[in-house]
Amino acid sequence: MSAAIDTIECMFEYGEMAPAAATLEESVSSVDAVRDLQARIRSMQATKLDSRLIPTHPAIADLLPGGGLKQGATYSVEHSATLLMAVLAGPSAAGSWCGVVGVPEFGVEAASSFGIDLERLVLVPQPGDQWLAVTAAIADVMGVVVTRPPKRASDGNLARLAARLRQRGSTLIVLGNWPQSEAMLTLSESSWSGIGNGFGHLAARQVTVTVSTRLGGRPRSARLWLPDPELKFVAVEAPGNAESQSEYLRAV
Amino acid sequence: MNSVPTILRSMVLWVPDWPIVAGVRMAKLPADAPLALIEKGLVFACSAAARAEGVKRGLRVREAQARCPELIVKPYEQQLDQRAFETIVTAIEELVPGVALVRPGICAMKVRGPARYYGGEKPAGLALVGLLDQLGIPGARIGIADGPFTAEQAARTATAAKRVRIVPEGASAQFLGPLPIRLIEIPALVVLLKRLGILTLADFAALPADDVLGRFGEEGAHLHALAGGLDSRPITPRVPPEELDVSIAFEPPLDRVDQVTFGVRASADDFIQALVGHRLVCTSLRVEIDTELGDYSERSWLHPRSFTAADVVDRVRWQLQGSGEVDTGLRSAVTVVRIVPEAVDAIGNHEVGLFGAGPDERIHSGLSRVQSMLGHAGVLTPVVSGGRTLADRQTTVPWGDRALLVRQPSQPWPGQLPQPAPATVFPTPHPVHVFGPKGEAVEVSERGVLSAPPAQFSPVASGRNLRRITAWAGPWPVSERWWDADAARRANRFQVVDADGVAWLLVLESIGAAGAEWSAEARYD
Repeated sequence: MSAAIDTIECMFEYGEMAPAAATLEESVSSVDAVRDLQARIRSMQATKLDSRLIPTHPAIADLLPGGGLKQGATYSVEHSATLLMAVLAGPSAAGSWCGVVGVPEFGVEAASSFGIDLERLVLVPQPGDQWLAVTAAIADVMGVVVTRPPKRASDGNLARLAARLRQRGSTLIVLGNWPQSEAMLTLSESSWSGIGNGFGHLAARQVTVTVSTRLGGRPRSARLWLPDPELKFVAVEAPGNAESQSEYLRAV
Repeated sequence: MNSVPTILRSMVLWVPDWPIVAGVRMAKLPADAPLALIEKGLVFACSAAARAEGVKRGLRVREAQARCPELIVKPYEQQLDQRAFETIVTAIEELVPGVALVRPGICAMKVRGPARYYGGEKPAGLALVGLLDQLGIPGARIGIADGPFTAEQAARTATAAKRVRIVPEGASAQFLGPLPIRLIEIPALVVLLKRLGILTLADFAALPADDVLGRFGEEGAHLHALAGGLDSRPITPRVPPEELDVSIAFEPPLDRVDQVTFGVRASADDFIQALVGHRLVCTSLRVEIDTELGDYSERSWLHPRSFTAADVVDRVRWQLQGSGEVDTGLRSAVTVVRIVPEAVDAIGNHEVGLFGAGPDERIHSGLSRVQSMLGHAGVLTPVVSGGRTLADRQTTVPWGDRALLVRQPSQPWPGQLPQPAPATVFPTPHPVHVFGPKGEAVEVSERGVLSAPPAQFSPVASGRNLRRITAWAGPWPVSERWWDADAARRANRFQVVDADGVAWLLVLESIGAAGAEWSAEARYD
């Protein structure tokens, strides 16, 4: 079925773009049209109803499929604790409890300064062999659960955990790879400002955050301040990019 | 004169140096240990061994330690005093009913009943002294006289050889007469009377009663009566507090955690039921565990809401098992487990609402379940605290306990890292290697000068997986607690950015004269 749709999509792309390739604007609108059609096909194909979104930090909400974190879904975050905190900041600020299982190196001070409420944060640094049971127990009562699987769990256990998440409406964020994740968030091209060769200090960082989905759509990416000099997560404004960066360098 | 008030024959028991006796008993020290209890920086009480070395009440701690270097210094806790005396009073009550607690270390009782039972005042006193000796409190003194004030003075003048001092009936005034005026225990009045040339109780008692009443009021008249041996105060026996503690003895002693917890289960139910019977809930309790080899463990447990029977069992298990597994054997078999409520509250304040108490209750029960899987310290809530190192700046508290911040984050902490804080803080810093442009090791001299700019580093101890450093800052020296040889720390911190754009916080820690070692404390990723 999906292979058939892929061919339809390809036909759309080639069929539409070949005659209109001369003007850039037209091609952009045709790409949008293709995306709309893909979304329609996907919604007609979906086996479940649209799940509700939980409050998400605006900097990453636009990148995620559906425009935000979904209840009962699983997301995976790779190689970046700051990106993980950006994901947690939205729900935590909106009053949801967050549990962090199996991440002993979670930086509490950073979490607090990035807008995660420590009053509603619970850490289970060493779950040992029982990580799956602990994750499930925490997911029962908390809105957002972060976990790092020490080893691959069996498919049956994963399916049970996914069912439990859907039933409880909790969102699971996995550090590392996860077979059934709704989306995978990765970070690349990180560049720090405020630090030079022997002077200054780390002040702000620009990164490219890329979100790729399981359904195989085109990955979306954006350039973000993670964090900016005021410790906020915001999108980088394209034209002022180079100037603002040099400004911070001078200020330090 | 007024009508002669009825004066009760009284018996007073006095344990000399009670705070010290209590301190020694609670800390399980040898009886002849030199111990000093400190209040507000001054010695409040000291043991006989310490006194022999020249320590006395009112000395500063430093001077007391100079006089007796092996002095054991502990803070004075009035609560502990009272708690320890409570057990003694309970034991006395089994022998002599109607005990009035004067203050920790001193209690009074009527003498008539015991005197008739034991066949005389002296045998009654000796029986009480014998009981205290049995309880392991040598040196208790008994005074028997008319009225509790006279009896207390009699007890205080008893000697180690003759531990029961009896002042015959009607001889109080004669006995009290030569004693100094400071015994009336009102400092302002003592000073005034001394200025008036009244130095003994007899001098005070010789003043006309009406004049004393006119000059010093009711209180002065009362003290005047005391000085004359006319102490008409009744002895009001205390009402024994409700017995809410639960004590579970194991015979034969049990040496497995799961056996002990199983044994505690039924008693924990009774404990909670008894509290509910008094319309109370327990919000804080103390678990005391005695073992066969004489080990004693005591710990207070708090509960964010109130304890249920299962919570009590969990606390006993966590205290026994420490960080071990459920089925591990204990070092020595458990003989007695005591569960003592420390704070109780009216049950009305803790009643669950008609529609439940909202999400918090759900979260608490969920986290308690995880705690029962992983142990009390398995589930943590984080708090930001003050400090210079990253490990100092974050404190974790087990779920349900209150955070006690030693270092306040509101203080300035010069030398702390600039914001933003690193998102990954390694629980234990791991060794790394940092090299200069020519591959030489980078060092920092005594005066804070770098031997070479850091050009590449390896994030693993083996020195492989070299990464190029694109930007760096430092060294930022930290020299903490140089006055304490054990806790002193000298280090230089660096921020470096590697070729992948990941920033690291590297520390060059000085280790005595042997040199310095690089380690990675945190990652900005």
